[in-house]
Amino acid sequence: MNIPKFPLARYIDNILDYLTDHLAWFTKGASEIMSTAMEYAVDALLAVPSWLFILVVAAIAYKVVGKRMALGTMLGLFFLENLHLWEPTMETLVLVLIATVVAVVIGIPLGILAAIFDGAHRVIMPLLDFMQTMPAFVYLIPAIPFFGLGPVAAIFSTVIFAMPPAIRLTSLGIRQVPADLVEAADSYGCDRRQKLLKLQLPLAMPTIMAGVNQTIMLALSMVVIAAMIGAGGLGGEVWKAIQRLHPGKGFEAGIGIVIIAMILDRFTSKFGHSKTND
Amino acid sequence: MDTSLEITQPKMQVRNLYKVFGSAPDAAIEMLKRGVSKDEILEKTKQSVGLADVSFDVYDGEILVIMGLSGSGKSTLVRCLNRLIEPSKGSIIIDDCEITQLNTEGLRNLRRKKFGMIFQHFALFPHRTVQQNAEFGLEVQGEDKETRVEKAREALKQVGLEGWEDSYPSQLSGGMQQRVGLARGLAVNPDILLMDEAFSALDPLIRRDMQHELVELQDRFKKTIIFITHDLDEALEIGDRIILMKDGRIVQIGTPEEILTQPANDYVARFIENVDMTKVLTASSVMTRSKTVAYPKDGLRTMLHKMRDAGISSIFVVNRDKTLLGIVMAQDCNDALKSGSKTIEDILIRNIPTTGLDEPVTNLIAIMAEANLPLPVVSETGKLHGVIVRGSLLAGIAEGGLAPLEPLDSPSVEVVS
Repeated sequence: MNIPKFPLARYIDNILDYLTDHLAWFTKGASEIMSTAMEYAVDALLAVPSWLFILVVAAIAYKVVGKRMALGTMLGLFFLENLHLWEPTMETLVLVLIATVVAVVIGIPLGILAAIFDGAHRVIMPLLDFMQTMPAFVYLIPAIPFFGLGPVAAIFSTVIFAMPPAIRLTSLGIRQVPADLVEAADSYGCDRRQKLLKLQLPLAMPTIMAGVNQTIMLALSMVVIAAMIGAGGLGGEVWKAIQRLHPGKGFEAGIGIVIIAMILDRFTSKFGHSKTND
Repeated sequence: MDTSLEITQPKMQVRNLYKVFGSAPDAAIEMLKRGVSKDEILEKTKQSVGLADVSFDVYDGEILVIMGLSGSGKSTLVRCLNRLIEPSKGSIIIDDCEITQLNTEGLRNLRRKKFGMIFQHFALFPHRTVQQNAEFGLEVQGEDKETRVEKAREALKQVGLEGWEDSYPSQLSGGMQQRVGLARGLAVNPDILLMDEAFSALDPLIRRDMQHELVELQDRFKKTIIFITHDLDEALEIGDRIILMKDGRIVQIGTPEEILTQPANDYVARFIENVDMTKVLTASSVMTRSKTVAYPKDGLRTMLHKMRDAGISSIFVVNRDKTLLGIVMAQDCNDALKSGSKTIEDILIRNIPTTGLDEPVTNLIAIMAEANLPLPVVSETGKLHGVIVRGSLLAGIAEGGLAPLEPLDSPSVEVVS
């Protein structure tokens, strides 16, 4: 039997073409504005002397986490500076932070929805499975016609790739609040907002922060991949090294990413736990 | 039966309440009405029966204990009262308000204003301090910070947790945690406290203390309390009235003494067979009504006459409103008559030991062992309700408190010694 091939690719292309035809003026415009804003942000960070930046971050690390964390942060960042990777590091930081903020701002409300409404849960969860298993590279392709090559397209695909844990763990954290506590809140006449703000979100906070932590880590790994569409930063260095077959340079930039990842991870996991013990 | 409860308009009326867990409750309710058993309904319709035709009243200021073994529907019942579980059918009325008809908004207000709930496993909020836990209900009501802090502090003081305000629940022992739960309930000053197995998770000594304190609290603040328990001793200890449940139905409603002395059926009888009667029987159940009393205006001759008629050697003197004044001995009366005195003033013995209606029989045994006069039983307002003599006390214990069932036939005051 000869069943004709289902033209899935053509359908998707058609949809994307349609969307780009009608939305590109807006997304391109937004992209212009955002990339300018990002350049300013990177410039602002670079305007700070690197030693001062390192000291400030180390001081925060000392305050939030402890002595060893402060020492590690200082050493790691000095090493990056020493490798002449300071500028790409700042670019990567800005990319990751913006992508994370966007992912969290969208992801946490979606997670709350999925936790409260079973219907939303049934729609959102399979969607997340889809988003997470789809190879990350695929997101890069449609980002280009909408946003053009550059950091904004990178952020767009990064947000899609990094958002699922924020949604998933927010929902999980809220659903894990013990039923008897929820019942107690109900019995004292809490409305939905009160229940959320006074009980569920505070108790879910460690789990939500674990989700934010995961989102940051995924964002970091994605901005490297997104270097292929011109994200720049440390990922850009790696990408250059691949194209020119410079394994040494590649490792330098790779280690830089590892250092950034460790610092961000320790910071965010600390925020997640600081409220639970009591 | 004589109870100390003033029967007034009930605070809460529950009528023909049904709860069936499942998708088609109506069919199951029909079967319940025909008297089909819970197990059979589960088998035939896959519907699980929570409550079947439950009706009772709750009176202002009483501790109503709902007792039953696990699966008897008592927790379901208490949750239906504030609709944490939605009843399938029936009516619940509090202060003329039909709860089952309330919309979300109305239900929320009802829960905020009328109820305070206390849970078996405390259900304290771990991220809040003791003080913040106690403030919770007021916070939900939208009270301002100042009132909130003050009322919560007051509630914590009532349960003896002064000085622990800034601790977290996890730093407290089980008994103290439940005190926080109690304070959280009291702080909103609810009409009705719902206590779901509130003391069941505590160890026995703490539990006993908490029971006593609850009764004390109730004496002081006259709260209406609906208390769920599976423990008969606890029910007898704190309950003004007890509702005994089995398989979602009410088996018997009555005072602890009624449950003990007139079990409705074999199930109840088996339930209560191991209870130590002396601990539960109270003065009011072993006393005899004092039919023969004297009034201050009675002359000495009248008194002697009354005593002779009743065959007793002493007589209690009461006011018109039955307030106990004292006792007059036949011997003294006789002597006074001979010496020409006509009033009772000189021979009235005023300071005599008395006992309250709710005094447990255990305490009475010791008193009666030493006394050689009958012991008058008086209410809180000083009114004479009855008399305990050794004979009636022993009979009462022996018969499990059956004595007061035939108060009219029993002989009047008589001195055994």
